[in-house]
Amino acid sequence: MIRQKTASHSLELTKRRWAYTFLVVPILFYVVIRFYPTFYAFFLSTTDWDIVSKNKDFIGLENYRNLFSDALFWKTLGNTGKYVAYGLPVSLFLGFVIAYNIDRIRLGEGFFKAVYFIPYITSMVAVAWVWRWLYQPAPIGVFNKILMELELPQQKFLFSQTQAIFSILATTIWADIGFQMIIFLAGIKGISTQYYEAAEIDGAGNWDQLRYVTLPLLKPTIVFLIVTGTIRYLRIFTQVLNMSYQGEGGPLNSTKPLVLYIYDTAFRSFDMGYASAMTVVLFLIILTITLIQLRVMKSEE
Amino acid sequence: MGFHDTFFKEEHMKKKGFATIVLLVLLMAGNAFLFAGGQQDVKSTAGDGEVTEIVYWQYYYETKKDLVDTLIGMFEAENPDIKVVHQTFPYEQYNTKVASSVPSGTGPNVINLFYGWLPTYIDSGYLQPLPQQTFSNERIESEFFPLVSAAKFEGSYYALPTAVRSLALFWNKDLFKEAGLDPEQPPRTVAEMIGFAKKLTKTDRTGNYLQVGMTLELRAQMHQWLREVLLRQMGGAPYSDDNRTVTYANKAGYDAFRFFTNLHLVEKIGMPNFMTDDVTAFKSGTMGMTVDGSFRLGTLDAVSTLNYGVAELPEMNGVKSNFASFWANGITSYTTGKQLEASVKFLEFLTSDTAMAMWLKQVGELPAKKDLAMKDEYRNDPKYGPFIRGLEYAVATKFIDENVQRKVWIDAWDEVVLNGVSVEAAVNQAAKTEQQLLDNYYNK
Amino acid sequence: MKNNRTAIHYVRPLVLTLFGMAMLFPFIWMFATSFKQGADVFNLSLMPKHPTVLNYAKLLRNSNFPWWFANSMIVGLAVTFSVLFFDSLVGFTLSKYRFPGKRLIFLLILSTMMIPTEMLVIPWYIMSNELGWVDTYWGVMFPGLMSGFGTFLMRQFFCQVPDDLLDAGRIDGLNEFYIWSRIAMPLVLPALSALVIFSFIGNWNAFMWPLIVSNKVTMYTLPVGLSFFNGEFQSQWEMVMTGASVATIPVFIMFIIFQKQIIQGIALTGVKG
Repeated sequence: MIRQKTASHSLELTKRRWAYTFLVVPILFYVVIRFYPTFYAFFLSTTDWDIVSKNKDFIGLENYRNLFSDALFWKTLGNTGKYVAYGLPVSLFLGFVIAYNIDRIRLGEGFFKAVYFIPYITSMVAVAWVWRWLYQPAPIGVFNKILMELELPQQKFLFSQTQAIFSILATTIWADIGFQMIIFLAGIKGISTQYYEAAEIDGAGNWDQLRYVTLPLLKPTIVFLIVTGTIRYLRIFTQVLNMSYQGEGGPLNSTKPLVLYIYDTAFRSFDMGYASAMTVVLFLIILTITLIQLRVMKSEE
Repeated sequence: MGFHDTFFKEEHMKKKGFATIVLLVLLMAGNAFLFAGGQQDVKSTAGDGEVTEIVYWQYYYETKKDLVDTLIGMFEAENPDIKVVHQTFPYEQYNTKVASSVPSGTGPNVINLFYGWLPTYIDSGYLQPLPQQTFSNERIESEFFPLVSAAKFEGSYYALPTAVRSLALFWNKDLFKEAGLDPEQPPRTVAEMIGFAKKLTKTDRTGNYLQVGMTLELRAQMHQWLREVLLRQMGGAPYSDDNRTVTYANKAGYDAFRFFTNLHLVEKIGMPNFMTDDVTAFKSGTMGMTVDGSFRLGTLDAVSTLNYGVAELPEMNGVKSNFASFWANGITSYTTGKQLEASVKFLEFLTSDTAMAMWLKQVGELPAKKDLAMKDEYRNDPKYGPFIRGLEYAVATKFIDENVQRKVWIDAWDEVVLNGVSVEAAVNQAAKTEQQLLDNYYNK
Repeated sequence: MKNNRTAIHYVRPLVLTLFGMAMLFPFIWMFATSFKQGADVFNLSLMPKHPTVLNYAKLLRNSNFPWWFANSMIVGLAVTFSVLFFDSLVGFTLSKYRFPGKRLIFLLILSTMMIPTEMLVIPWYIMSNELGWVDTYWGVMFPGLMSGFGTFLMRQFFCQVPDDLLDAGRIDGLNEFYIWSRIAMPLVLPALSALVIFSFIGNWNAFMWPLIVSNKVTMYTLPVGLSFFNGEFQSQWEMVMTGASVATIPVFIMFIIFQKQIIQGIALTGVKG
């Protein structure tokens, strides 16, 4: 008994040694390539560096203090919140519905997968241009033309302070569905048919099967998609840069997300110190949300 | 799927999986060896008789790149001991690319920068003053158009352009004919322009534009027109003489901006973003008149179906005004010794009459030297003439951050048009934001 | 009930097709525009009036185009291989071993997803400059060699692999590297396929960093090269569309090859229930 214990103990030790061996190169990589530049950004957030000058004057927490009174910072933070709150649930829902239905058709599964995945692999610059045309006023814009034919009131889409953010979200979701769908589909295919057979014997209909078999067993997939999706939507940037003319995030900053503001501050106004301070805030926000999500996931396990 | 199938797949995959991993490891090792050494630029710190290599950066524009390649060929033939490496970058990210290279203390020796960016780069010590023995202030001020003084800081010039730009009115002759206007008679005054624009505008029965009279695109050139042309024609000026104070939050400013927004709200002769942007609209023959630079001539000539003319900007209240801008070449401060000598020579060549004449022909930008530009041959050219004549009374705005200074007007427009804010309040807000920018810059 | 079921067999493909057409519409428009020239570009019909392949000819005639394409391919493939190797190794380690600091390391790696890449390019550039990596493939690739995303993905999938299978290998006297590579890896082949697709797409489309680290036009990746058509005096939209269409092809092929794997393989891990 004791011998067995030491044997398993030494086995544990060997395994632990292997684990550290496996991690040596990656940890080195992450420290040099990722953590060091990240700490550099933390450091820059306490300076007034403007990229091109040699001086990085230490100004303490002034950048952070300025954030509090910067209306644009709060506005873009709010916009980012909107992108996450509206965009992620919709794209998750649509991604799931499409994956679920593709899984259940008899013919053309590969074809439909390709169709719904294509938007994800298409260049955002090109796509943004097409969507901008779609959103134009009638008779040029297709959407407004359809509304006109149906004798419905025309919409301003990208030119409206209230609609522009949703117009950009629609494009984002359109491009994002493919990503969600593929991972959902992988998860759904991973559920053994035995469960469904058992459920069928119990007389469960389609809805019950979905509710009591598919969704609970998809949980690891859903958790993964929620955590990475939240991060992705909090970092939303490219779409807005390309969808709004000259990447200004208009009209009146109503579509500008925080990362676009950070990018503008750093690379158009060269205020690297201030941009770094915003990056640190964004980092802390994402970290907090992720920790909460991981905790919730764990407690439910 | 039954257990049986699974079992066989598993066996099969095990083999496949192992092969994949071996391949992976090999590839990773290969990568490191193949690429880590890499190719590097060999920068010669040349002794006598050796070739000095200098690097020139500009943004990518097909005709500019081709012409500079030709010019470098000519320059190297004249100076066999100098080699110029020419590197170009995408336009939209050019400033980002340049700025990102600065902290490393390396990069080009001669660099092409937009004049509006110069303050930032000069302030930071990225550029060095042009050497007085070659480019004395007297020489520059007697030869070049006065607007190049936008590159002068604390008594020294830091950069010089090969070519300059100004604005002119483009009109679509076919649309003029269609609207019953004389296709050879462009508007002379702003009032006339608006009258023409009304005739050129077409809408469907619900008021959607099918064709617009003229551009209202603040994002393109109209913010320049508003700031340096319309405002001055209304008796105002955008900034104080020392450029430190915004001076349009007054009657002239309100009048100018009310006039401009009314073109959309009252006169209904167009809208921003029509056909996504004004160049697209004019190209596709759905915009009667636009305001643009000489650099656009090439783009428009490429559209075979387009029949257009160019005229000087219309005047108002007897005032003519125009906006000029330029890209200038400077020398970076880490360039020293032989490389500095070579860079000065190259810069001299880039600002020579030969280079300027070729530039006008092949790129369509106007010579930066007065005497050359004012030659009758150029002044009376049907296409370049209006731009060159405009240069005589043009102003180059001393931008601190053009993006911000453009955006204040775009936001002011949106406030008035979308939110119904009063013109006065919108202009005051624009002035306040812009003043803040100037204060931050000048009080540093 | 029976009727209802048959009905759904017809309704489902029909709805998927209709919705799929709507999804494809912007893409098809982009593709159609690549066959248009001149005023035709702004004529918003899906069928070009005068279809032309001149845009493609122009793209291929650009002497640097083969470089851009090859560079993207090299970078995309090399980084994908690296990510496959390291992310799965780290993901495996973080899911199958117990050791002090495990949770912290996991969180730290996850946290690398939380900083916008744009904010890291300047330190990376300074680093590359010191080490002579500017204008090298290595310079373009190094930031992407491992990813938090891939590590997280692989960790999730390794968690599903039953420990018994690995212990069986240990009893046979295999060392841990073999256990990972011979036993565990084949079981997550589907996840690896997903990782191949997403990693390749991510690097194929990478823009900001390749732009900063390359000065020579022959070192550009495809997205950087194609942004030449987005110029100062107006974008050549037909060329942007042509470039985007061409750039889609390799990714699409990649997807077609690997998407089958995803389905098969996951069914396999599902068996364990």
